[in-house]
Amino acid sequence: MSHKYAIKIDHVSKAFRRWDRARKFLTLKSALLRGELLHSLRDKKDAFYALRDVSFTMQRGTTVGIIGRNGSGKSTLLKLIAGITKPTSGRIIKNGKVSALLELGAGFHPEISGRENIFINGIMLGLSRRELRNKYEEIIAFSELGDFIDAPVKTYSSGMYMRLAFSVAVNVDPDILLIDEVLAVGDKAFTDKCMDKIYDFKKRNKTIVFVSHGLGTVEKLCDQVIWLDKGAMAGKGDPIQVVESYLMKMAEDEDKRLQDQEHKQQCNDAEQDSLYEETCQHTGRRYQVEVLSQPTAANPYPRKRWGSQEVTIDRVSLLNKAGQKKSIFRTGEDITIRMDYQAKDTIRSPVFGIALFRNDNIQIYGTNTFIDRFDIPAISGKGTVDIAIRQLNLLPGVYFLDVAAHTEEGFPYDYHFRLYSFKVYSHLEDVGIYRLDHRWRKGHQADEKTNHRPV
Amino acid sequence: MHIIHNLNNLYQHRNLIYTLVQRELKARYRGSMLGFFWTFLNPFLLMVIYSLVFSVFLRYSDPAIQPYAVYLFSGLLPWLWFSSATIESTASLLEGGNLVKKVIFPTEILPIVKVLSNLVNFLLSLLMLIPFNIYYLYISKTANTLYKPFSLSLVYLPVVVLVHLAFIMGLALLLSSLNVHFRDIFQLIANLLTFWFFLTPIIYPKETLLNGSAMMRWQYRLNPLAHITAAYQHIFFYGRTPDLAALAKVFAGSFVLILAGYWVFDRLRDSFSEVV
Repeated sequence: MSHKYAIKIDHVSKAFRRWDRARKFLTLKSALLRGELLHSLRDKKDAFYALRDVSFTMQRGTTVGIIGRNGSGKSTLLKLIAGITKPTSGRIIKNGKVSALLELGAGFHPEISGRENIFINGIMLGLSRRELRNKYEEIIAFSELGDFIDAPVKTYSSGMYMRLAFSVAVNVDPDILLIDEVLAVGDKAFTDKCMDKIYDFKKRNKTIVFVSHGLGTVEKLCDQVIWLDKGAMAGKGDPIQVVESYLMKMAEDEDKRLQDQEHKQQCNDAEQDSLYEETCQHTGRRYQVEVLSQPTAANPYPRKRWGSQEVTIDRVSLLNKAGQKKSIFRTGEDITIRMDYQAKDTIRSPVFGIALFRNDNIQIYGTNTFIDRFDIPAISGKGTVDIAIRQLNLLPGVYFLDVAAHTEEGFPYDYHFRLYSFKVYSHLEDVGIYRLDHRWRKGHQADEKTNHRPV
Repeated sequence: MHIIHNLNNLYQHRNLIYTLVQRELKARYRGSMLGFFWTFLNPFLLMVIYSLVFSVFLRYSDPAIQPYAVYLFSGLLPWLWFSSATIESTASLLEGGNLVKKVIFPTEILPIVKVLSNLVNFLLSLLMLIPFNIYYLYISKTANTLYKPFSLSLVYLPVVVLVHLAFIMGLALLLSSLNVHFRDIFQLIANLLTFWFFLTPIIYPKETLLNGSAMMRWQYRLNPLAHITAAYQHIFFYGRTPDLAALAKVFAGSFVLILAGYWVFDRLRDSFSEVV
């Protein structure tokens, strides 16, 4: 095989027909008489494009990941490569034997034993009888099914079913392997075993095309990534870069959705306002408390605002490095909290503060200009106060923000309690609340002393 | 050539066909107490019912087709192959929807497997004729001189089966692919088959049609299954050489049917994974 590439996708589009009864006969007629099953779809009115003009060349021995949100055409692309469906226009050239793991356990028959199903499933995936006989024991061992291997498949738990299916699947030996989202089965140990098999494929210079929502896996496994958005190629190339821009796009969309939601929430809350007075513990002065929302399942703490209103915080913005207003941030991003205030008279030594909470009310951090000895002698009229945070290393989740303007004694001018929230995402899978700045290093092993080399 | 390429592809997948036929046979009666025995029991029970209805209740006793049980079996067993293969293959693409959508293989395998697994079932069920013939021939010593079950004409069996297979295969390809788009076919087919069954000389001798009205004679001539059934009856019951000229015509017709069925199937092939 002298071809350099394994798969060449050349301006491929795929349209699906929105079937309706009246046109069915016409379609069937033209399909039979003129073989126009696909071409008549050019009539755009009743066609839905799952893929639009996608071009990509996959080199032999590379692992290519396809990412994108649901309905972006990932699986369609995989089916086109497999040859299960045909492109409406464009062409796909493949060099080498293709196996597709689009569904685990395809062809499994519930009534017959696992042992017998191995044969059927294996042959369906393109293994020969001899290959199957040679690998038989290995497959059974890999599945960890033990005595259950002789029981009918219908008695299996879904985990057992998947294990058996995967055990057969990983034993296929094609030049090009297509995998659709099937790695996400079984317990951790089994998934690891499957990943080992995939790495093994990579080592043997096979071409793998891999559809997954597990972005971490995609980054680790793939040499190249294709990002599909609504059927069109939105990005291709280096996994880390493409995944990054994909996450950013996702976050932006999410941002828009959240803003809409927040707007609705505020409209709802307006009807539930209630007012009462409280006395300051430190100064004995009285101020008004306004309850802005009742606790809900998503936000168990009522949103409140209180204070004497001598200084008001009229707007709070979360800004990214580029100064854009956001409500979603990536772990490790720089973030600036900006407060737009208004002072009715000249106020001496005001203090501005913030506090960050996780959605389970654990306080992550709180500070103010007084604690930090950032002196603001006096304010009057309108102005802004920024607090810039370098590398917000919070792990993914929803966080709440309190902001306040008060006196040095703590008497509130304007306190915003749980009024703001933002989201953090990450494509790494570390756990906890906060990512500590860290590096790994491997020291020398004790028994390597005699022939250790400088690293 | 396209069709040669497809046939070659089919040949490459012979192991898959073989394995799927095996699965079909294994799974069919799995879980039932009598298991594989149902292969024999099913046609036997049907035979008992027809014998009761015709010989006992309706007192229909044509001396030319005695023993009736063997006569009935000679036509009924091939018919059961035809009807179950037709019904099952018509539904095969929809039934195997998951495979059509998710596995790389030539989809014509699905109807073909249904036809072949029912063929195996048919050939096995033929063994039932042996004990019946032994009983009627040597124990109850039937008087009918036309009745010659064990004869040299049995060598024609493969020829008849081949013609029959060609006919069923053509129909299976045509109906399975059309049924993907017109699911009414599956609903209709069972009723049509019942009607067809009574038009075909299985429970009565073909003379009933040949001595009947002009329409009945024409119907007999045009019904490919009448000729195929007659051939089976010649082999299994009368011990005569089947009408090879008629079989040749049926085979020619079946060959055209296969080509037509395959053509339709191939034209619609690309739509299967989207429509099932």
